Amino acid sequence: MSDDAVKMPPALDGVGGWLDDRFHGAKGVRVLMRKVFPDHWSFMLGEIALWSFVILLLTGTYLALFFQPSMADVVYHGSYTKLDGITMSQAYESTLNISFDIRGGLLMRQIHHWAAIMFMVAIMAHMIRVFFTGAYRKPREINWLIGIGLFTLGMIEGLFGYSLPDDQLSGAGLRILFGVFEGIPIVGTYLMFFLFGGQFPGTDIIPRMYILHVFLIPGLILALVTAHLFIMFHQKHTQMPMLGNTEKNVVGQPFWPYFLLKGQAWFFFIFGTLVVLATFAQINPIWLYGPYTPLAISSASQPDFYMGILEGALRMMPSWEINFLGHTLSLSVLIPGLGIIGLFFTLAGLWPFFEQWATGDKSFHHINDRPRNAPVRTGVGVGVICWYLILLLEGANDVIADRFDIPLYTVTWIARVAFFVVPVGAYFVTKRICLALQRKDANMLVHGVEIGIIRQLPDGEFIEEERPVTAEERAVLEAKHVFKPLPTEDQVDENGVPAPAARGPLGYARKLANRAFTETVAIPDHGDGHGAVEGNGHGEIEGGEHAAIGGSQEEQQ
Amino acid sequence: MSETPEEPTGPRRVIGTPSPAPKAVDTPTEPGQAVAFSAEPEDTRHAKNAERVVAVLFIIAFFAGCGFIAAYVGLEVGISTIPKGANPVVAALRSNLALGTALSVALLALGTGSMIWVRHLTPNIEIAEERHDLRSEPEDRKAFKREFAEGAAISQVTRRPLVRRTLLLATAPLALAPLVLLRDLGPLPQTDLRYTVWKKGLRAVTLGGLRPLRPADISTPGSMITVIPEGYQDDQDALAKAGVILIKFAPGELHIPTNHDGGTLVSTMNWTIDNIVAYSKICTHVGCPVALYEQTTHHILCPCHQSTFDAANGANVIFGPAARALPQLPLMLTSEGYLAAASDFTQPVGPSFWERG
Amino acid sequence: MSSIISRRRHPAAGYAAIAGGLVAAGVLYSTFTGGGASAAAPAQDSTQVAQGHSLFETSCSSCHGLNAQGTAQAPSLIGAGAAAVDFQMSTGRMPAKELSAENDRKPQTEFTQAQIYDIAAYIASLGGGPAIPSSEMVSTNGADTALGSELFSTNCAQCHGFAGAGGALTYGKSAPSLNASTPTQIYEAMLTGPEAMPVFGDGTVTPAEKRDIIAYVIDTRNEANPGGFSLGRTGTVTEGLLGWIGGLGFLVLIAMWLTAKRRDHVKGESEQHS
Repeated sequence: MSDDAVKMPPALDGVGGWLDDRFHGAKGVRVLMRKVFPDHWSFMLGEIALWSFVILLLTGTYLALFFQPSMADVVYHGSYTKLDGITMSQAYESTLNISFDIRGGLLMRQIHHWAAIMFMVAIMAHMIRVFFTGAYRKPREINWLIGIGLFTLGMIEGLFGYSLPDDQLSGAGLRILFGVFEGIPIVGTYLMFFLFGGQFPGTDIIPRMYILHVFLIPGLILALVTAHLFIMFHQKHTQMPMLGNTEKNVVGQPFWPYFLLKGQAWFFFIFGTLVVLATFAQINPIWLYGPYTPLAISSASQPDFYMGILEGALRMMPSWEINFLGHTLSLSVLIPGLGIIGLFFTLAGLWPFFEQWATGDKSFHHINDRPRNAPVRTGVGVGVICWYLILLLEGANDVIADRFDIPLYTVTWIARVAFFVVPVGAYFVTKRICLALQRKDANMLVHGVEIGIIRQLPDGEFIEEERPVTAEERAVLEAKHVFKPLPTEDQVDENGVPAPAARGPLGYARKLANRAFTETVAIPDHGDGHGAVEGNGHGEIEGGEHAAIGGSQEEQQ
Repeated sequence: MSETPEEPTGPRRVIGTPSPAPKAVDTPTEPGQAVAFSAEPEDTRHAKNAERVVAVLFIIAFFAGCGFIAAYVGLEVGISTIPKGANPVVAALRSNLALGTALSVALLALGTGSMIWVRHLTPNIEIAEERHDLRSEPEDRKAFKREFAEGAAISQVTRRPLVRRTLLLATAPLALAPLVLLRDLGPLPQTDLRYTVWKKGLRAVTLGGLRPLRPADISTPGSMITVIPEGYQDDQDALAKAGVILIKFAPGELHIPTNHDGGTLVSTMNWTIDNIVAYSKICTHVGCPVALYEQTTHHILCPCHQSTFDAANGANVIFGPAARALPQLPLMLTSEGYLAAASDFTQPVGPSFWERG
Repeated sequence: MSSIISRRRHPAAGYAAIAGGLVAAGVLYSTFTGGGASAAAPAQDSTQVAQGHSLFETSCSSCHGLNAQGTAQAPSLIGAGAAAVDFQMSTGRMPAKELSAENDRKPQTEFTQAQIYDIAAYIASLGGGPAIPSSEMVSTNGADTALGSELFSTNCAQCHGFAGAGGALTYGKSAPSLNASTPTQIYEAMLTGPEAMPVFGDGTVTPAEKRDIIAYVIDTRNEANPGGFSLGRTGTVTEGLLGWIGGLGFLVLIAMWLTAKRRDHVKGESEQHS
């Protein structure tokens, strides 16, 4: 390589030496420069959330220079003349000012709100990717939990953010918040009187949400994001199953300069997309909603989409209240308002540990799973997504009823039934599809890849020609984790004690879960005849020999 | 299947397998090995073209960025700065469009340029990095455990339980103190949620116009109007519980049952005047204003979660998540013949809460 | 005749026969029913009322009864008033083409405005009722849009949406969008409470307040959307859809471009082989 291309510029040389004298960086920073980040488009989804958050901080700071977080009444005489003379809160008035009296104000407001939407979209897309590739497995369980924490914080942050302008739509959302939480047994009314500083709406909620929204919650998010990234950095990113990718390496392009260059391109595209949305797609037009008054409401009142499942749950629930001993337990509010979301996050948080318990798999996983190779996980994931979508769509039930000419109550009834039926059905269908895809992969390994040329044999039969699988394709097709069987009840250790985890109802549940999780199509021997399907009795076993279990994975136990 | 004499045709993309474009390197280099990089991409002509494209894109971004500044300076917003008679909403639209388009072009041009730069100007290099075992060596773990235990013993925390326990005891109230400090965030609810500002003789006035109403003002069956207690139009806290809807029925259509909640009368025909009935506008589900009134079905529908109440039948729930009927406000006529409350609601309005009863 | 018979197997023969039959039926019908003024109408002191009566008989009486007293299919119109007639007919809702949960606005070409006024006058003569507002009553000059916005959001937005885009009601009904309504129609709708809409009589919403509401509606629907495309002015549902499909969709495509394997342009022989 030519000399002039690799000499350090003298200025940087001086600075570098100055820093190294003080921080001892040369060797460590060299490691950083050679750090490898594997390439796959689905690995970039989390960064959308990251850069959207940065943009939220920047635009949010700008907005905070102009926004007045006060519920004190003013009479409006600003540029939006349609509302001239109306009494409104200072919060609403300052938002109108930002939109109509400050150059770039409306653009900043809309970038900020679209960035919040994309932040949550990206978190969900990223979570879905991590889930379906099993990237939450050991050693990344803590990062999964941090991610769920970020998801929750993002929802709360967004809720407070769109409630700050004190407009009709978000004010209705706050009323619902008050109504849901005051139903909590024993402490509900106290909690809400403390949060709102008295009865609804009071004059304290906007300034209180403000400090939570601009200081406390962003601080928490920033801390968790830093931890999230540091852990990912330290443990190194997972990689897709490919030829050359093993559990012991990371293959890709070096951080310096590739990751920075790609990061530059990605940042500009994310920022550019947000600005395109903010220029051409109106969002949260608070001047159309009007200032909040407690006795007005609009049809099609929905929160931002990431709160949509709460809305849908509240709409779907039939009425149910229990009165006893002078107390009221409002289940039609508590179950959808708190139960659903609590259930969702708890189950999501427990999932990596549940999977570990069910499969007995304690090995490290740095190679991602192909979704088809984990049928139960993929089926559960699809089922949960269906369940989430049903709730989300029910949250928009009046818009759907109006647009598609379906009677309003019919939409709700369909959602009520689908809530129970569709996720279960989706699980079963998805699991079967995964196993079928595994069978197709096994077929490809044994028979080769069809190349689209049809030939007629002398006896008249038509066959499609095949080529053998390339080494690269083989590496992907054979990348399947092989589970070790769980200790059974009759197995004993060296002292004659049966395995405790295998006994009792919990042990039986574990056995059932394990059977579901380990149902798979075996990787066939190389060109050795047909592979057999194990686990559910379908397919044949040839000539008394068991199907070979191949595996190119090394396991660390 | 039989081998074909020809070479396998391809590359054919098979779903579920890697794309057939060749990998940059056959096998990753040994981790740790020094790799000889060349800063020069293989095809210099193609790289030169790409360089030109990137430069053009960055120059476009430059002009777009200047355009942003020009649009900011040149396009005014706000009635105090735009020409007299101009529409401030249109001014905001123009400014937003100009600033946004300029910024979008600048950012997307930068993005596209950066994309082409990294994909076509840099050499196609892939390396492998070793993944060290995350688990530490057993000797390190043992040493850690030993030193940790030694340090804990030296600190006396493990050796002197009295010190340890009294320390925990001492910090317990201090840990509670921040929670205790939150007590004055707001008043205790006490009985605030049980009552509204309505009382005997307090007239109902329309929202906006603030006019008291006589029954003759709501004479057409199927009429509905929102009313508030007179004098409270600026009190949001009062309005959030005291809002009421008046509905006029044709003779014979209204059948309010006489209901009791515990020992308290909560609905009766006696509280109506001239087939005008007053219901709380605060939904008993989670508190939205329940405002959609369908004249033909005499249903009151709350748009938030579709709780539906039968206005002709004491506003009892016929669909949706609400669990209780809308409270009925007793009506009376003042001496001048205006509609007024005969008393406060006889049950708490709005969403249910634990202490409600 | 023979020229017709000799062409009876012509491909167009069937169509010609049907067309001839229809024309004959129409001619016969109009001969026996007669158009325009019916001789059977009783003498009125106003030609408008008389004309309205005959129009009513031909177009409305089959459902509303010959004396507008109502039948099982349709309510009585005695006391409904001219405003109700003008509203229902000028929006094309009446004559109803089918009995359904509600009647939607339809393009109205059957009647001229004069004919609608005639029918309205006839109905008004039967039992009074709200009158058609004058143009001053629906003028938006000098109206208070701020008060109009308060009144609209309290009394109208829950069905018609914050910007008048419409909304769902129960059992297949819906509150229509206000984008096509004339100021007169808005006034009449408030005054008469058509179909499921409640009545907002002049006692509860004064004529001046009605003007304010009309001014607010007209202002809002004519108003530009400074933030870009309005996405239907229905709120957050369309925003979320655009974020997922447009925002994420576009970015995923960019990510695929960014991470796609590079097909490098090499000069000379390639060192790489798959």
